[in-house]
Amino acid sequence: MSYRLGIDVGGTNTDVVLLDRENAVVAKTKTAVTADIVSGIRAGVGTVLQQSGVDGGDITHAMLGTTQVTNAIIERRELNDVAIVRLGAPATRAVKPLAGWPEDLRERYTQYSWIVGGGHEFDGREIAPLDEAELTAIAESVKGKVQAVAITGVFSPVNTDHEERAARIFRDILGEDIPISLSYQLGSVGLLERENATVLNAAVSNVAKRATLSFQQALADLDVHAALYLAQNDGTLMSVEYALLYPILTIACGPTNSMRGAAYLTGLKNAIVVDVGGTSTDVGVLVNGFPRESFVAVDVGGVRTNFRMPDLYSIGLGGGSRVAEVDGKVQVGPKSVGYRIVQEGRAFGGDTTTFTDVVVSLGKAKVGTHPVELPEELAHSAYEVAIDKTAEAIDRMKTSAEATPLILVGGGSVLLPSEFEGVSEVYRPENFDVANAIGAAIAQVSGRVDRIFAMDQKSREEVLAEAKSIATAEAIRAGAEASTIEVVEIEEVPIAYLPGNAVRIKVTVAGTLASYSQEQKVGAHASH
Amino acid sequence: MRRLIHACDIDYLALGATVLGTGGGGDPYIGALMAKQAIEQHGPVELISIDELADDDLVIPSAMMGAPTVMVEKMPSGDEPVKAFTQLEKFLGRKAAATVSIEAGGLNSTIPFVVAAELGIPLVDADGMGRAFPEIPMTALHFGGISATPMMVADEKGNSVLLSTVDGAWTEALSRNATIVMGGSSMLALYGANARDMRPNLIHGTLSIAMKIGELLAAKEDAAVRLDKLLKFTDGVELFRGKLIDVMRRTVGGFARGTVTLEGTAGDAGSICRLEFQNENLIAMRDGEPLATVPDLITVLDQETVHPITTEELRYGQRVIVIAMPCAPVWHRPECLELVGPRYFGYDFDFKPLRQVATQVDETDTRV
Repeated sequence: MSYRLGIDVGGTNTDVVLLDRENAVVAKTKTAVTADIVSGIRAGVGTVLQQSGVDGGDITHAMLGTTQVTNAIIERRELNDVAIVRLGAPATRAVKPLAGWPEDLRERYTQYSWIVGGGHEFDGREIAPLDEAELTAIAESVKGKVQAVAITGVFSPVNTDHEERAARIFRDILGEDIPISLSYQLGSVGLLERENATVLNAAVSNVAKRATLSFQQALADLDVHAALYLAQNDGTLMSVEYALLYPILTIACGPTNSMRGAAYLTGLKNAIVVDVGGTSTDVGVLVNGFPRESFVAVDVGGVRTNFRMPDLYSIGLGGGSRVAEVDGKVQVGPKSVGYRIVQEGRAFGGDTTTFTDVVVSLGKAKVGTHPVELPEELAHSAYEVAIDKTAEAIDRMKTSAEATPLILVGGGSVLLPSEFEGVSEVYRPENFDVANAIGAAIAQVSGRVDRIFAMDQKSREEVLAEAKSIATAEAIRAGAEASTIEVVEIEEVPIAYLPGNAVRIKVTVAGTLASYSQEQKVGAHASH
Repeated sequence: MRRLIHACDIDYLALGATVLGTGGGGDPYIGALMAKQAIEQHGPVELISIDELADDDLVIPSAMMGAPTVMVEKMPSGDEPVKAFTQLEKFLGRKAAATVSIEAGGLNSTIPFVVAAELGIPLVDADGMGRAFPEIPMTALHFGGISATPMMVADEKGNSVLLSTVDGAWTEALSRNATIVMGGSSMLALYGANARDMRPNLIHGTLSIAMKIGELLAAKEDAAVRLDKLLKFTDGVELFRGKLIDVMRRTVGGFARGTVTLEGTAGDAGSICRLEFQNENLIAMRDGEPLATVPDLITVLDQETVHPITTEELRYGQRVIVIAMPCAPVWHRPECLELVGPRYFGYDFDFKPLRQVATQVDETDTRV
């Protein structure tokens, strides 16, 4: 028998689920996040093993969603020194790297930043030849002084040549071990935002390395020797090797995992997902089973970035939200008792009134250990305020006025009603409270291509087929089983003024983990 | 009324310029970063009234041209605005005493700060539109008989092109083509003239107005208070308050055109508001009747933050306030309306100045 672990380390709780090979939940647990993260994971995994009686050695895969990288950036913890190189001179010098960054980070990183001759025009022409001599000089000057390199070329999403060549120069001088982040792998057109994402990525590469190693250690301590995968922003998995190159892609995996879990638990591919936690509620949209991507620049620790992130609307409302009266108006949140709800909330014997207490006192849900009686008027208006806030958030995320199905997940979702205006049906799946860990456990492996194709010699169909086969090969390399690979997204952008009738094509495919399906087959044979 | 503009003022300018950009005009974010870098490097910029210049002082406006996608990827070197400027000076055979903005709305409100900081010359507190428009001839300068050419178009590589054209349409076409060959974005020096000729054909005080708007909206005060102050300051009106229920976009002739439908909330419940845009907001209609039209300024604000939302950012579900502000009186002239009025953009009705329309709205409200 083989099993999979899904682990989600959030802001409040570490959720762990153990799935069997039919994806049935064998055991689940929620524990408070510990300061060192790892001991919480060890405790959670220990609990599910004990509950289920499953042997750690039977776990073949462990999928982890973590906020370690996000926290490192927000708390400015264990960040690398980075050589920041922009390929674009003489263009782009009017706005230097790190412009718009918070003062503390800017001061720290400005020392090793350069704008070097190179980069491309929108149509793929060179702005200037790549200044290899200067790159060599820079690489030699930072040797032993930085732990990572971030390279961003103007229009590298259109032409990757200069970024790749610059990387080779750095690798030759700094050695194979130093992580080199290339911007075209991380973001789309919009130089500053893509460069910012690349620098942040380089800055957290050691955090990611240490976190990954300690997760592996935590599992090894429990005799779990599973293949480890990390959940990324777009709802698919990446191998540890890939995560070490592009750790910043894990930054929004929490809400994404919840949404993928919600899709899996209900079988719905198009729906609104509302994930209610202790402090906040995230509203997202499933499109073809994956979270809708955000189009606007996303702020990470005060830095503007533009890489793939789920489109979310978050409100400061959760089970632990404090209820207060300000100027005769009842407010629910954004202040919250968070994970201290079990000490401070009335339903648990404390003396702080929370949103949970409101719902319990109105008899709409049974939570906690103590009866709660609140003045009826206060409870009613607090409930109304909270539901209105949620309904508005749901409505904001809809793409049309049509009624849409809604999936409620997260520990706090029991507090919400089963009807909302503009919602066709409300789904409350089983195991809703650990949807995020399940989302991580069932995630697929993806492959993508984002490249300029010339269409003067080939038909559109031939070009699309070529793009799909490149993405598929990428997914297989990342560990997907070929027979399960499906196209998730296709985007075609015709590019004007480029000879050869050029089109930028982005294709994303995803499939199940190959080793897992093989394991399934081996298991099936063994049981005969 | 000389005033020194420091890097910290530029954030207010960018926010205010987005309000005056009426949904378009290019994102001033990059321009603001350029202006800040130039000020940090060369010191603050002196903002002056054009009355402080002598009649025969030369003033040369400075601007950026090109595709927004290119501007956010291949940013300028910083040398080309100055290069375009000094080369035009050389061609004209004399030094400029000051520079000025062509547009108070959007990206081009920020560009002349780069030139002023680098050359150490003052910037005139004025612009050629009092808002943002998509084409080079759509300026009060053009209607005042000041030619856009001789005009210098410069790129970051050191190339520059001197244009001398027979009319505004040729200026627009030739400079746009030069810009495409240069990689999709360029820097311009154009509409150079003596202060005497420029004075009656500028919209005065607009950069200060943009900064004041930014300051009002960024203040730590209630949304209602900030909105109220904004409307009082700009002589604007709230047209409609509602929820965005549909956005339809299409590309026509290289422009992003679209229609936005809002469902009224609060006092506007039961009504439908339609906004038409072509990069910038052009028309606001309530239940089929025009509320405000171009060239008056129509801007969409987020209800919670009262910050402007550009036409690119409009999405279903947003709670917004549509406001309108009166345009500079120069645009009321018939020959101007021919180029910037509703009919130019393909709508079958005439421009009615905001105040007139607003009075009708008030009457409707009283009747209800």
